[in-house]
Amino acid sequence: MLDPVDVLIIGAGASGAAVAWSLTDTKMRIVCLEQGDWHKPTDYPANGRDWEARQLNDFSVSPNRRGRVQDYPIQEDDSPIKIANFNGVGGGTVLYAGHYPRFHPSDFRVKSLDGVGDDWPISYKTLEPYYAENDRMTGVSGLAGDPAYPPKQPMMPPLPLGVSGAALAKGLNSLGWHWWPSDSAIATTDYEGRAKCINLSHCTSGCAQGAKASTDITYWPQAIRAGVELRTRCRVKEITVNEQGMASGAIYFDADGKEVFQPAEVVIMACNGVGTPRILLNSKSEKFPNGIANSSGLVGKNLMFHPYAQIYGYFDQEMDGYHGPNDCIWSQEFYETNRDRGFLRGWTFEFTRGQGPVMAAVTGMATNRLPWGEDHHRAYRRLYGHRAGMVAICEDLPEEHNTVTLDPFLKDAHGIPAPKITYKLSENSRRMLDYAVERGSDILRAAGAHDVGFEKPLGHGGWHLMGTARMGKDPTRSVVNEWGRSHDVKNLFVVDGSLFVTSAGVNPTCTIQALALYVADSIKQRLATLFD
Amino acid sequence: MSLSPDQQRSLRCIAGLMIPVSTAYQVPGADDPVIFADILASLGMDTADTIKALAALDAIAGGVFADQTATAQNDAAARLRDAGGPEVLSMGRVILQCYYRDDRVVRSLNLEARPPFPLGRTLAQGDWSLLDPVRARPKFYREAPE
Ligand SMILES: Cc1cc2nc3c(=O)[nH]c(=O)nc-3n(C[C@H](O)[C@H](O)[C@H](O)COP(=O)(O)OP(=O)(O)OC[C@H]3O[C@@H](n4cnc5c(N)ncnc54)[C@H](O)[C@@H]3O)c2cc1C
Repeated sequence: MLDPVDVLIIGAGASGAAVAWSLTDTKMRIVCLEQGDWHKPTDYPANGRDWEARQLNDFSVSPNRRGRVQDYPIQEDDSPIKIANFNGVGGGTVLYAGHYPRFHPSDFRVKSLDGVGDDWPISYKTLEPYYAENDRMTGVSGLAGDPAYPPKQPMMPPLPLGVSGAALAKGLNSLGWHWWPSDSAIATTDYEGRAKCINLSHCTSGCAQGAKASTDITYWPQAIRAGVELRTRCRVKEITVNEQGMASGAIYFDADGKEVFQPAEVVIMACNGVGTPRILLNSKSEKFPNGIANSSGLVGKNLMFHPYAQIYGYFDQEMDGYHGPNDCIWSQEFYETNRDRGFLRGWTFEFTRGQGPVMAAVTGMATNRLPWGEDHHRAYRRLYGHRAGMVAICEDLPEEHNTVTLDPFLKDAHGIPAPKITYKLSENSRRMLDYAVERGSDILRAAGAHDVGFEKPLGHGGWHLMGTARMGKDPTRSVVNEWGRSHDVKNLFVVDGSLFVTSAGVNPTCTIQALALYVADSIKQRLATLFD
Repeated sequence: MSLSPDQQRSLRCIAGLMIPVSTAYQVPGADDPVIFADILASLGMDTADTIKALAALDAIAGGVFADQTATAQNDAAARLRDAGGPEVLSMGRVILQCYYRDDRVVRSLNLEARPPFPLGRTLAQGDWSLLDPVRARPKFYREAPE
């Protein structure tokens, strides 16, 4: 048996990094177990001529496609939206695009304002200082003054509009609709030892330049310098409990496949909205026969993605193609509820610049725009470099029948049951997607695009994983309390996307990290009475 | 798992039918020896799907696809394309990912034949005065009860 530690964090992604760094103030002994590896800048596809091919293979967003030993398989046949993640130091932030929007104040009061979902037990005001601290640690580029948001101050100037952004902005202006440069976790100037963005291409296969704020280069170096021990290639199987019903540590498989027990005073789950319920459900004991922290029966329930619609068109003029990050501008014209639209809540449009040569061909062929034979070359040259568009990130509402459970058959390389995803699009989401496609098409046409196409929901777009260990004051309606502590097990915390009560219509990571800092602060303020 | 010699010949034929050589654009076809060697070496996780797609092609052609007449090959290729499916998409993807990284093809698109890192690219700032009407708009987010 290993020496006990004060705090055991499981998962070294967006939230695990933030909570580890924040807790270093306490001088406690902190260990983090991560199933994946560190990555070097030279590992990323942008270093080679095969960069686009690698995005479809060993750097695919789908763990089932990548199939690395660091990945666990996911049974997702019962979901129209497939899981996208990354398992390694930095977690999903290694692959994320770096869109970094905050929630709106109304997102914390969905039930009170719109009569659906639930209210959060905290408010925008609660998180505001943690948003600001996280923005500083991350290094956010953007522009102050967005009328869609309460005031906030990005650290660096926004990413360039480029040709694509300018064309789309003109379309939006002609309709009188809101747009603003996206808040991005991408450095546009040198920032705290990180070099600025040099437009390598889209950022979703790791940033070789180190301009994108993945947590392996933001929080982790600082946390490690302050004394946190990060053990890689350590896959946790279950959280153990003692006779008092408190968490006593975790059993994991180390890099050699040896089963190890790590005792701990406090356990913090940071494995994301799929990985966390999987491990909680797999932690069965006499005291917790349905999985630890699960007296409400809600562990793994209320899974939310953001159903995405992708809308794109082709322009006569040459657009940005793959030059520059995908992050560009966004529009929140349709963010807040308007009942006349036939659905509740709303979405953010995030505008995208274009595609590389391979992806232009692959999507051209998949959508029957690119023929086989003689006409291939002429048709390709009309597509390549001429595409731009957007995605609509639609708010998903919590529904108990959307779940992460343990698959009875499929297991990972260590014999741990794989998560099974069961997910159905709601009628509200369907209507919202339809409406978003229509409005997105309006924008593209107003901007001068022709040959407008769409995909809804975006099948491979299950990258926002939320709601499966939700926070709340009522132990029968939530898994953890309003500061992230399990209602059932007083030394067990959750800090990742599982905490979300509702999903909002924006990308979740800056809220996930603000929540992790808030939970860490709540722990620090209560050290003497933490288990009361 | 790897392709048999017959399967390799058929894959090369279908690659050439999918993307033929073009004198107008001065580019090779996907059956060019260098590009095809890259395709064969890059099948990787798509090998099984490619073998299935080639088997479907042989079934449509009524024998080894590569051994058919040009007319029969064109006909079978068109039918495979129309039938579609995930295996055909996978096979097509491997062909495209190798074709569109070949130096000659990349240069024909007026691109430099190099990886994105370390030189990167430039991106125009664009006209920020476009934002003026949005800046002038009053705040429109909803206030929420605490
Ligand atoms: C392609 C892509 C694009 C994205 N773009 C954006 C974007 O633009 N903006 C945005 O806000 N979000 C984006 N996201 C989502 C973002 O990455 C996630 O929201 C964020 O990383 C989630 O943080 P987390 O802490 O909840 O989990 P993660 O960051 O996923 O971290 C979980 C970690 O836990 C580890 N782990 C899991 N199980 C175990 C176990 N049993 N034992 C040990 N370790 C374990 C995993 O290996 C992983 O490293 C994107 C994601 C992807 C994949």
